[in-house]
Amino acid sequence: MSTVTYAGAAVETDAEGFFADPEQWNEEMAPQIAAANGIGALTDRHWQVINFMRKSYLESGAAPSIRTLGKASGVPVKELYQLFPRGPAKLAAKIGGIPKPRGCI
Amino acid sequence: MAHRIVILGGGTGGTLTANRLHHRYGEAAEIVVVDRDDRHVYQPGLLFVPFGLADPDGIVRPRGKQLHDGIEFRLAEVDRVELADNVVQLTDGGVLPYDVLVVASGATLLPEETEGLTGPGWGQRVSTFYTLEGAIALHDALQRFDGGRLVVNVVDMPIKCPVAPLEFCFLADWYLRGRGVREDTELIYVTPLDAAFTKPIAAEHLAGMLDHKNIAIEAEFATGEVDGEHGRLVSWDEREISFDLLVTIPLHGGAEFVARSTGLGDELGFVSTDPRTLQSHAAENVFAIGDAANLPTSKAGSATHFEGDTLVANIERLLGGEELVGSYDGHVNCFIESGFHKALLIDFNYEVEPAPGRYPGAHVGPLPLLRESHLNHLAKLAFQPLYWHVLLPGRDIPGIGAQMSTSAKQPTPNRQGDTT
Repeated sequence: MSTVTYAGAAVETDAEGFFADPEQWNEEMAPQIAAANGIGALTDRHWQVINFMRKSYLESGAAPSIRTLGKASGVPVKELYQLFPRGPAKLAAKIGGIPKPRGCI
Repeated sequence: MAHRIVILGGGTGGTLTANRLHHRYGEAAEIVVVDRDDRHVYQPGLLFVPFGLADPDGIVRPRGKQLHDGIEFRLAEVDRVELADNVVQLTDGGVLPYDVLVVASGATLLPEETEGLTGPGWGQRVSTFYTLEGAIALHDALQRFDGGRLVVNVVDMPIKCPVAPLEFCFLADWYLRGRGVREDTELIYVTPLDAAFTKPIAAEHLAGMLDHKNIAIEAEFATGEVDGEHGRLVSWDEREISFDLLVTIPLHGGAEFVARSTGLGDELGFVSTDPRTLQSHAAENVFAIGDAANLPTSKAGSATHFEGDTLVANIERLLGGEELVGSYDGHVNCFIESGFHKALLIDFNYEVEPAPGRYPGAHVGPLPLLRESHLNHLAKLAFQPLYWHVLLPGRDIPGIGAQMSTSAKQPTPNRQGDTT
């Protein structure tokens, strides 16, 4: 666990920078996390994905997969990769302050 | 008047729930189990079929025969559930009214949702061991395999038994060594997740396991297209992996009728379910168990088994007008075959990730957690008769509690985020 400061507030993150507690996140922190991960300005399309990720996680307790994002976020998979290169589900989870998608071990 | 309880699905969850409810209520409940076929597959056995370690006929039994006398087994396809009217519509025109509905219809494989997957080579050069037919086809393919590139690929999460693809890799390594073609084989595990072991403690303890077995990994690979004709696997971000034999785990979704039942399922067709009480979010008299539910735990038989306690207690409470209990803790344990007659065992729940220790006795075991052992392998093999004769009939397995014991484990929080 380490402590990082985003938008003037100290938050707890794991070794890879994912939030330990999604409740510590707020919208003002997102641009700073995005920039630190190589994403410049967050567009409305980025926000559509980030907001979907958070809503889905907070409702079901699971971080959505790329396939769920493609089916239900309103942003097709190809575009997800343009918005969040390499790993859309993982990157959007990090920027949205929720844990990364993981397996059972 | 007797309670009318309709259970959709005669697999692990549906069968054990029906039997437990029948034991509890006797003639005070009319229980109907609906399934579209009468083949109950012992799914953990599918992993062994490709390697000639299980006889396909030996892992299938009739569904109806697993149900106690007095429970009706109805062979029919469900068209939809009409939540507002408390009825299930069958495609043969039948209508089943219910006081309580249990959705236990499992997960369905959706290979056709991945471009090219069911095209040329499907069932031959491209196959899956997640169906009996596929597992048999793979047995033939592996017997003929004389080296080259063997790729084991998870298209995307969630899948049933999330460790099974890794187990397949471990067993393939062992099997191909036995056949003398391992040195001519490149074995590659392709996963949409960012590592083979994604939980910190497991990652620490099992690091090196893939290297040791000479299994390469391609991580964060979200499969977009399969080209069986030319032996190419292509990701959404346009990476390519060539293969001579592809073992794929196709996308999973809920049963088709869930999607046809307004308000019942999520975007993948799994029933939106309270993770502690197992009551659906759709209606208070509708519950879900096992792979059919969208719970943030593994889709695994042991999860289903442990959910059974909570489900039956809550159906009783609902019928008795009492408040439900939130007693399911996400508990799962599973054996992980690692080849060479050894296996690992993991035990975890919503809160605690897999860690070293002993099971089921915290200190005496005898089974070691998160470590390879021959005893774990024997226990995995010994489980099949317990499944048919103890678990499905709804009896308790001595010493195995539904709630997880944490007394001998390092209590490290299992931060949620699982897609399993």
